[in-house]
Amino acid sequence: MKLKYILPLVLLVLVFSCSTDDDDNTNPVNEVEGLLLVKEIVNGNQTIELFNKKGMFETGYNEISIRLKDNTTDTYYEDAILSWMPIMQMPTMQHSCPKSAITKADGKDTVYKGFIIYQMTNMDSSGWSLTLDYTIDGMDYSLTETINVMQYENQNVASFMASDDSRYILALIEPKDPSIAINEMKVGLFKMQNMMTFPVVEDYTIALDPRMPGMGNHSSPNNTDLTYNSVDNFYYGDLSLTMTGYWKLNLKLMNSGDDVLKGEDVTEENEASSLYLELEF
Amino acid sequence: MKKLITIMLCILFSSLGFSQEKKNEQKKDTTKLEEVVIKTRRKLSSYRQEKTLSSIDDYLEKSNNVTMIKRGNYAWEPTINNMVSDRLVVTIDGMQIFGACTDKMDPITSYVDVSNLEKVTVGSGQEGTENGHCVGGGIDLQLPTSKFNESGLKTSADLGYETNGNFIATGLDLEYSGQKFFISADGIFRKSENYDAGNNLEVLYSQFRKYNISLQSGYKISENHSVDANIIYDRATDVGYPALPMDVSLAEALITSFTHNYNPEDKALKTLETKLYFNTITHIMDDTKRPDVPIRMDMPGWSDTFGFYSKADVLKGQHHFTFNLNGFYNKSLAEMTMFSNNPNEPDMFMYTWPDIRTLYSGIFVKDDWHFADGKSLSSSVRLGYHTNRIAKEVGVESLQIFHPNIDDQQSRFLMSLASSYNIKKEDSNIAFGLGYGERAPSVSEGYGFFLFNSFDNYDYIGNPNLKNEKALEANFNFSKTYDKFKIGLESSYFYIMDYIIGDIAQNVSSMTIGANGVRVYTALDNASIFDVYVNSSYTISDRFSVNGTVGYNYGRGSNSENLPLIRPFSYFAELNYNKPKFNASLQLDGNGNQSNYSSFYGENETASYAILNLNLGNAFYGEKGRTILKYGIENILDANYSTYADWNNIPRQGRNFYINISYVFP
Repeated sequence: MKLKYILPLVLLVLVFSCSTDDDDNTNPVNEVEGLLLVKEIVNGNQTIELFNKKGMFETGYNEISIRLKDNTTDTYYEDAILSWMPIMQMPTMQHSCPKSAITKADGKDTVYKGFIIYQMTNMDSSGWSLTLDYTIDGMDYSLTETINVMQYENQNVASFMASDDSRYILALIEPKDPSIAINEMKVGLFKMQNMMTFPVVEDYTIALDPRMPGMGNHSSPNNTDLTYNSVDNFYYGDLSLTMTGYWKLNLKLMNSGDDVLKGEDVTEENEASSLYLELEF
Repeated sequence: MKKLITIMLCILFSSLGFSQEKKNEQKKDTTKLEEVVIKTRRKLSSYRQEKTLSSIDDYLEKSNNVTMIKRGNYAWEPTINNMVSDRLVVTIDGMQIFGACTDKMDPITSYVDVSNLEKVTVGSGQEGTENGHCVGGGIDLQLPTSKFNESGLKTSADLGYETNGNFIATGLDLEYSGQKFFISADGIFRKSENYDAGNNLEVLYSQFRKYNISLQSGYKISENHSVDANIIYDRATDVGYPALPMDVSLAEALITSFTHNYNPEDKALKTLETKLYFNTITHIMDDTKRPDVPIRMDMPGWSDTFGFYSKADVLKGQHHFTFNLNGFYNKSLAEMTMFSNNPNEPDMFMYTWPDIRTLYSGIFVKDDWHFADGKSLSSSVRLGYHTNRIAKEVGVESLQIFHPNIDDQQSRFLMSLASSYNIKKEDSNIAFGLGYGERAPSVSEGYGFFLFNSFDNYDYIGNPNLKNEKALEANFNFSKTYDKFKIGLESSYFYIMDYIIGDIAQNVSSMTIGANGVRVYTALDNASIFDVYVNSSYTISDRFSVNGTVGYNYGRGSNSENLPLIRPFSYFAELNYNKPKFNASLQLDGNGNQSNYSSFYGENETASYAILNLNLGNAFYGEKGRTILKYGIENILDANYSTYADWNNIPRQGRNFYINISYVFP
């Protein structure tokens, strides 16, 4: 009778202890595998490491992974609290851009994640700086570093004034790796409330009409308009691409009352909407 | 439907099958003038073959229910009973071979030349199913078999010239036949510049150049066993297609086979022939010669086929059985790259045939039962299993844009049944046949992706979910001879269910610049095709004879629209003069006005026409060899005309003087 209770307990202890040993003995898994280092910033006893897929910042949507290293022990912090503020310095003023909060990456111990959507950059990729605030063990730290943001070859982000006299920023997130198929299209839509605040816009609709200007400006079938998904605050729709090449994704932004705020229909006379994103593959 | 099939199966098996061979076997040595030469030189011929160097296309066109669709001066597409190549099975000596062009610029008949072949067998409707499933009929281009007749070395040469298009053809044949060993080699070269339509109007991009070489060798292992191997290499370059927006820079085929023959004597099994084969085709379209194109593009295509068949002939009592077990594996791939006029934009690319693999295996059984004097019943059945697979994942995904619910694989069971009853009397012949057949969609119909059809100016999208196309068929033949007058009637009726044809996809914009829209292959509930031909001939004297043919065809779909490419009223008349070593014929060939044209499927009305041809032939026999001379004038009146089968109404050749010389070395 007693054995029945004790045995599982013993086994549990054994297994648990074994696995802990394993973790400690083997080399820790590389949690940034497949990512390239964009920038390393030393701030006293800490080093901030910024990673993404391409190893550089570009205009448009940037998914960023962050690690925070304790230089004294050469280990990474696992319970820091981070926030950031990108700033573009213009000749007469400065502004920020849409960004997410920084959260711990799913299933990772040392990696934090977030995104920043740079809507513009200077020709020489200068102009942007990034301020990072973080808290470790109740201590607050802050640093500011200039960063380079390269101009992406296509228009993957649009910053525009709409008919409601508000400025919006629309960024292409998916498809990252498009194929000749019906691709899931994902965009982020933000309103420029002021120079530093860019809240998510909810419950609008974005009409989609992909065209190929290099091939008679033809479209493709079975696209759907993008609608808001309240789970992750992005907009989703179906984008069908019938061949590789350069596609212009003509868009029309409509508010929840279906009033068109920006963009026009593509017709024989009007070969593109004033609101569009671009895609090449 | 099921009932019908059951009934037909019952008819078939209760009678143990037959099928009066109404097959239009156009064998060699039927021409009076050529019979001496042809037999040894194994050239194709027919009583209406005017030129010894005519192409297979010219040759096939002489058959009543065969018409050639012309997109230019080369590589014509055969149709049987007004049905195009998707509904036919075209084989080379029983070998499956599939064109590599998505736009049908390379029918199989373009990859062989008359010098390769011994005869062509055309089977109308279900009588053409010996080598595969079809609805319209079958064409088998048959290679010569090895001859071990110890005739030694034979050589012959051909030379042809035609004024229109400055056409040159030249051929050389070598053949050695020993007791146990046989080898033959031949080569042919054809070249034409642009031809002129009537009134000396040059048809641009109608040039072509091609050569074809073949090598065949056989070895007799024992009295009953022999093997032979055959290689054909065919290469056409600089082929213009005036009816299409693109030309062809290369159409190349390598066709190989290895055959074992078993001919036991004094057994019920008469022959057993087993062949293994492989063929590969490369087809490259080209628009670099066209000065004005909206966009430059490359469109290469490839088609590789492996296969086998095993064919047995069994004679037992009054029955003649034919068995054919066959299988093949085909890989069809075609792609399109478009080069944007804006140099900053990347090239555009798509798979137009996304690597489609077809695996087929089937069996064919036929019984000719001669149960009474002059009476026979002939029945056949073919059963097969057909699988298509899309090998490229991107192909599945791209087709899913139009058809969300498709898998990468699709399998079908196919069946074909035919039976015909034939009564032969001294002065008359009556045959009546019934058939039921099914076919799988072709690669283009099933899996094509934005295939531009310049005929109706639409882009076509394949549909993997198409049902099998099924046809019920009835045919009737009758001929009677009254002394010097002979009259005959041939007629077929097809009721086709799930007739595959493109239907306009609303609100889908065409990919091709300037196209009207997009059609997706779908099926009409049913369609009917009817054709009837009346032939007659009259022997005026020993030297003079006349013959004539009139034909009527009809085709309509269940949507009450006319079907496209249905031949209008047609007529042909010929006056012949024959004496030993000389013949002459004056021909009148014409079509009525195409009033039942199909505007719905992009056709316009083609006006009536009539042309006159004069053909002459001489034969010279001498110690230094035999010479056959063929010469004449085609389209004597230089009419400027086009027929219903001319793609986009490109005009046909105007007046043309031709001369062919064939020389057989002694």
